[in-house]
Amino acid sequence: MTDNDAPPVIVRDLVKRFGDFVAVDRINLEARRGEIVGFLGPNGAGKSTTIRMLCGLLRPTAGQALVAGYDVAREPERVRQRIGYMSQKFSLYNDLRVIENIRFFASLYEVPDSVLKERVSWILDMAGLSGRKSTLTGTLPSGWKQRLALGCAVLHRPPILFLDEPTSGVDPISRRQFWELIHTMAAEGVTVLVTTHYMDEAEYCNRLVLIFQGRIVASGSPTELKQRAMTGELVLVECAPLGLALDLLRQTPDVADAAVFGNALHVVVPEARTMIPRLRTHLSQHGVIVARMEPIRPSLEDVFVSLTAAQGAGGKA
Amino acid sequence: MRWHRLAAIVRKEILQIRRDLPSLLITVAMPLLLMLGFGYGVSFDIRHIPVYVYDRESSQQSQDFLKRFQASEYFNVMKTVDNYQAVIQALDAGACRLAIVIPVNFSEQLKTGGPVSVQALIDATDNNTANVSISYSEAVVQTYNQQIQLEWLQRHGQARLQPPLKVDARTWFNEDLESTANIVPGVVAIIMAVIGSFLTSLTIAREWERGTMEQLVSTPVTPLELMVGKLVPYFVIGLLDTALCAGMAIWWFEVPFRGQWSVFFLSCTLFLIVVLSLGYFVSVVAKSQLAASQAALIATFLPAFLLSGFIYPIDQMPAVIQVTTHLIPARYFMTIIRDVFLKGTSLPLLLDDLLALALFAVLLTILATRAFQKKLS
Ligand SMILES: Nc1ncnc2c1ncn2[C@@H]1O[C@H](COP(=O)(O)OP(=O)(O)OP(=O)(O)O)[C@@H](O)[C@H]1O
Ligand SMILES: [Mg+2]
Repeated sequence: MTDNDAPPVIVRDLVKRFGDFVAVDRINLEARRGEIVGFLGPNGAGKSTTIRMLCGLLRPTAGQALVAGYDVAREPERVRQRIGYMSQKFSLYNDLRVIENIRFFASLYEVPDSVLKERVSWILDMAGLSGRKSTLTGTLPSGWKQRLALGCAVLHRPPILFLDEPTSGVDPISRRQFWELIHTMAAEGVTVLVTTHYMDEAEYCNRLVLIFQGRIVASGSPTELKQRAMTGELVLVECAPLGLALDLLRQTPDVADAAVFGNALHVVVPEARTMIPRLRTHLSQHGVIVARMEPIRPSLEDVFVSLTAAQGAGGKA
Repeated sequence: MRWHRLAAIVRKEILQIRRDLPSLLITVAMPLLLMLGFGYGVSFDIRHIPVYVYDRESSQQSQDFLKRFQASEYFNVMKTVDNYQAVIQALDAGACRLAIVIPVNFSEQLKTGGPVSVQALIDATDNNTANVSISYSEAVVQTYNQQIQLEWLQRHGQARLQPPLKVDARTWFNEDLESTANIVPGVVAIIMAVIGSFLTSLTIAREWERGTMEQLVSTPVTPLELMVGKLVPYFVIGLLDTALCAGMAIWWFEVPFRGQWSVFFLSCTLFLIVVLSLGYFVSVVAKSQLAASQAALIATFLPAFLLSGFIYPIDQMPAVIQVTTHLIPARYFMTIIRDVFLKGTSLPLLLDDLLALALFAVLLTILATRAFQKKLS
C-alpha cells in the first residue's frame, strides 16, 4: 500500500458484460480499513461477479477497481498477495487432509516457517478442528469446512478479505460463530467484503450495499437503510384469506405498500396507531378474518423488498 | 517461478494421485494392457502366406532358389504349376496370395551376371499382406543374391572372404523379418502419447469441475508454476510407464535394443513434455473432465496412430498428407524410437527429429500457459 490513509477498496464505475448481458453495471464503492461491507441482492444480481473482479479473477469490461492500492486489471498478482478469498462454492481439496490443505495454502502464500506452526494451530483452534488434523476434508460437516476455508484464506494475514456467501448451507450456530470470527478480524483492522443471502446476517455488517440487476440500488448502515427506505410505519397483519386481504389493502388509499411475508402481510402506512382500527374494520367488512394486527419494526428484508420493488418499477417505466 | 510454491503444487498433486486409486491403477494397467493388446493384436506378422510356383526353367539353380521360399516360415508353397493360366486362376480364386514365376533363362542369366527378374504376382486385395509379401520376397531374393555374390567371389579366388554381414544389417534392420520388432517400439510411442495426454487432461479439468481452481487462482500462484507443478508428477509417472513399456518390449516381445539409453531417455523426455502439455492445453480449453479426456485421446491417439508412420509408411501417403505429418510430434518420436531400438542410430543422425520434438515441446508449453492465462480473463 502506497498510502496508508487511502481506502483499501476503491471501485469506480465498474462494469462487467458477458456478451450483451450486463452483469455488473457501473458500480461505485469504497471500503474503509476494518469495515465490514455486506453485499445483498437476489440470485444473479451480480454480487459474485463483482467480488471476482475485485480479486483479480475476472477482468472488468470497464471502470476501475483499486484493491490495496493496486489496479485489479493491471496488477492482479500484487492484489492476490494482499487479499483472502472464499469463493461461493467450497473450494478446498476434499481429498486432502485438514492439515494438508492448510500446509498447501500456506506454501502458496509463502507463509514463513517461523510463523507457520503458530498459524496452523490458530486455524485448528478457530475452526474447532484441533483433534481432527488428519481427517479428510471432504468428510467434515459444512460448518467446520467453512471455518477451515476461512482459516486458509487468512493464513497470510491479508488486510482485505472477500467472502462470497461464506455461510450458505451452514447451521445457525456455526453461522454465529463464523460472524464472531469476522468481527474479531475486522476489529484488528481487516477490511471485509461479504455477500450473503441471509437478511439476519446483514445486520452484522457496518455497511450494506444492495445490488439489483447489476446496480447498486441503495447503500448505508442497516439502521440508515431501514429509516430511509420506510417512509412510514410497518404493520403486521395475520389474516385469512391472504390473497383477498392483499388486494383490499393495496386498494386502500393510505396504504403505501403491502406485501406477503411468510404466512402474514407486511403493510406500510403513514401512522400505525390511527390506521390499525381502520384497516381492521375495512377487512372485516369484506369477509376477511383478522387474527392479529400490530405495528412491528422493519427488518432488512422489508427494506430490501421495498427498494427492489421501487427499482423494478422504475426500471420498467 | 518460486520453488516454494512449485514444490507445494507438486506435493499436493502427488498426495491426490496417491489417494485416487482408480487413476493409479490406470497408470499401471493401461500401458500393460495396451502393450499386450497392440503387441499381439496389431502385430503385422504374417506367416504362411500361400504361394504358387511356376518354374519355367526347372533347373538345379531355379529349384535351389525356390527352396528358399519353401524353407521360410513366412511362405507356404502350396503347389507347383506349369502354366500361367493356373497361376492366374489360383490368385483369382484366392488359393494363393503370391505366385512366383521363374523365367526360362534363369540360370543362364545368372551366370552371365545380367539382371534376372523373377516375377512375383500378388493378390493386393489385402494391402497389408501384399506389402508384407513383397518385402518378404525381396528379403528372400536379397539373401539369395548375397549367396551368389559370395560364391562368385569365392570362385574368383577369394575363398576366405567373410560374408559381408554389414550389407545384410544395412538392408534389413530387422533380419528375422519380425514385424513384431517393427511394431513394438511404435506401440511404446503410442502408449506414451495416450497415457501422457490422458492423465494430464484430467488434472486441470478436475480442478475447474470441483471449483478448487477458483481458490487456487486467487492465490499468488502463477500459471507457469501451476503448470510445471502439475506436470512434474505426471512426467515421472510417464517415464516409469515408458520404462515399463520398453522393458516389456525387450524382455517380453524380445525386440532388440541397439541404441543408446541416453538418446532414448532424451527423446522420451521431450516427447513426454509434448504430450503432457498437449493434455494440459486440452484440459484448460475443455469444460469437463470427460470432454477433456476424450479430446486428449483424439488429439494424440489418432495422429500418433495414423499419421506418425506407425501403420502407414509416410512415404507411401498422398503428398498433402505427407506434408501434414510434419505437424504431428509423434512422427518424429516414432522415427527416433524405431531407429534407436532397431538400428541403434546415434545422436547426431537423430538431431533433426530431436530438434523438431524440442520445438514442439517449447511451443506447446507456451501455448498451454497462454491458454490458461486467457481463460482467467
Ligand atoms: N462467466 C459468465 N458468463 C456468462 N454469464 C455469467 C458468467 N458469470 C456470471 N454470469 C451471469 O451474470 C449474472 C450475475 O451472476 P453472479 O454470479 O454475479 O450473481 P450473484 O449475485 O452472485 O448471484 P447468486 O446469489 O446466485 O450467487 C448472472 O445472471 C449470471 O448468469
Ligand atoms: Mg454469487
